[in-house]
Amino acid sequence: MTERTSRHTVVWLIAILIAVAAPWAFFNYTTGRQSGFVVSMLSQMGMMSILALSYNMLLGQAGLFSLCHATFFGIGGYATIHFLTLAGDGTLPIPLELVPVLSGLSGLALAVVFGSMAAKQRATAFAMITLGIGELMTTAALMFHHFFGGEGGVNSNRVIGHSLFGLKYASGIQVYYLIVGWTVICALAMYYLTRTPLGRMANATRDNFERAQFIGYDPRTVRFMQFALSGFFAGIGGGLYAITYEIVTFDALAAPLSANALLMAYIGGSAVFGGPVLGAVLITLLQSGVSLMSNSWVIYVGVLFICMVIFAPNGIMGLVLAHGPIARAGKLRLLLVPYARLLVPVLLVLFGFIGLVELTSFLTIGAAQGKTLVLYGRKIDVNSLTPWLISTAALVLGGALLRIEARAFHRVWESLMIELMPARVAA
Amino acid sequence: MTDIALSLRDVTKSFGSTEIIRGVSLDIKKGERHAIIGPNGAGKTTVFNLISGRFPISSGEILLNGNRIDELAPHRINRLGLSRSFQITSIFPRMSVFENLRCALLWSMGYRYSFWTPLWRQKELNEKTIAFLEDLNLLPRRDVAAGLLSYADQRALEIGMTIAGGASVILLDEPTAGMSNTETDNAVELIRRVSTGKTLVMVEHDMRVVFGLADIITVLVYGQIIASGPPHEVRANPAVQEAYLGALEAA
Repeated sequence: MTERTSRHTVVWLIAILIAVAAPWAFFNYTTGRQSGFVVSMLSQMGMMSILALSYNMLLGQAGLFSLCHATFFGIGGYATIHFLTLAGDGTLPIPLELVPVLSGLSGLALAVVFGSMAAKQRATAFAMITLGIGELMTTAALMFHHFFGGEGGVNSNRVIGHSLFGLKYASGIQVYYLIVGWTVICALAMYYLTRTPLGRMANATRDNFERAQFIGYDPRTVRFMQFALSGFFAGIGGGLYAITYEIVTFDALAAPLSANALLMAYIGGSAVFGGPVLGAVLITLLQSGVSLMSNSWVIYVGVLFICMVIFAPNGIMGLVLAHGPIARAGKLRLLLVPYARLLVPVLLVLFGFIGLVELTSFLTIGAAQGKTLVLYGRKIDVNSLTPWLISTAALVLGGALLRIEARAFHRVWESLMIELMPARVAA
Repeated sequence: MTDIALSLRDVTKSFGSTEIIRGVSLDIKKGERHAIIGPNGAGKTTVFNLISGRFPISSGEILLNGNRIDELAPHRINRLGLSRSFQITSIFPRMSVFENLRCALLWSMGYRYSFWTPLWRQKELNEKTIAFLEDLNLLPRRDVAAGLLSYADQRALEIGMTIAGGASVILLDEPTAGMSNTETDNAVELIRRVSTGKTLVMVEHDMRVVFGLADIITVLVYGQIIASGPPHEVRANPAVQEAYLGALEAA
């Protein structure tokens, strides 16, 4: 137990260290500043980590499939814009560092209202109600201009001249460290929550709704409380969003962001506490990085999601942890060659797939703009047959090879598992 | 009146137009080990579901220590001191064996819905959980996901979770179903040990278990009680023999 605890502490410390050091890896010595693009991307990762972790309080920990999680993120954002305005003109005497507390309370309040409707329902009914809530709030955001500002959204200024540490928060890097601070606080709080009676009973109602009743708990109350608390943390995430961008539009509470929360938690791995953070980092990278290179990045995220659901239902974290027993037995190197052999067909498939997607997307969008397609570092004529043939051939050949290699890999994996079986049982 | 732990009065239950339980009246004394037997489809498990609040009754009354419980939700009945197990193992499969038992202890130890209490620092709770695991012979398996336990171990855990909360009335639904002879003997031993000083009601098909454990046997056929009394009386009852077609002689 203590060994596990200390290992957890190390993982936490490394994550925090990376978050703190990351902007300095992209320090630009000519301007004397960190890269603005990187800082903004890292900030995004922070708030998305909070969103994904709070979503996982529902999906992973309570088995609740919510489709409206962005609602609480968004309401935290909208409310925060108003809090900032009030704080800016001196009506609300609060330092900027503590504004996210109010954002969280806004999320909590709305989650209490909606949670009392949704949390009584199970499975599909719950998902349907949350879908309705999400749509309702998106409509409301466009209808009620006074609070939501309509399509243009609401904006404010984060430089309110009131800080605990005497900071102005005019630069992105200062805001980034505010986000890091709050992300760490939220993550620790959510982790703590998993080890309290409510957190454990949330797991219990996930595993077996009915049994929870027969050990004295009302599973609906457990779900309601878990739902409300996850709304609190989502609200904090939204508050940081508002502080960072100083403008909040209905995008911050609409369905695509709710779907993103689900994607991040799922792809990262909802069964492990840190999984959603991994998902948040990866999706944000794809969103910011790949979107610069390709219009089709959404397709890549979609295909990644489908592949994860089919081949790695426990997410990236699940994949990594599956290697745990092998690593402990010191047999990880036995997987080196099989992995290397998998790499070739995987690259071929990727090459072919990306080629086809880019060619097709260029045909419909790029060509109309009179551009030339640059793919894999060379100019491509989309109207000639060659690139299409090469891509298709790579995809088909790679796919066929992948099937063969995957079988071979599976055999090695299974034999390792069988070999390790007695050790696992004894442990 | 005060020595009656559980009392059913003219309880009926219909699903649609089909009457499954057709007027069951039964008094179970405190500290009694009571077995409900009967052919398949007699409504034994349904009786358990009605008592424990899983299904609402159609008419009649159910009293626990003199208080009406027939309109309460299952978790409220549980808090009043009635706990049940399930015929089909009902545990928390993805949680560790330790967590399963600890969760079963939480409410009775007053933790309620607390989201601020650090569980790892609750000395009494954790020691009690360990003690239960030891009693159930599950201590070596404490960190295994409950869903990965062997069938017999899952049944033991199921019984453990049922009694952990300290309920005074325990309902066990076929606790030894699907077990080998040795496993059954162990389970009977376990049930005997953990039900000391409690009121035990069980549904059971294994006549060895029934006659080995029960003080009183109630025979349920087609939703009605046809006999209730000490084992030797029930065994001699001609109506019971007819219903069972000699199954009792074989036991």
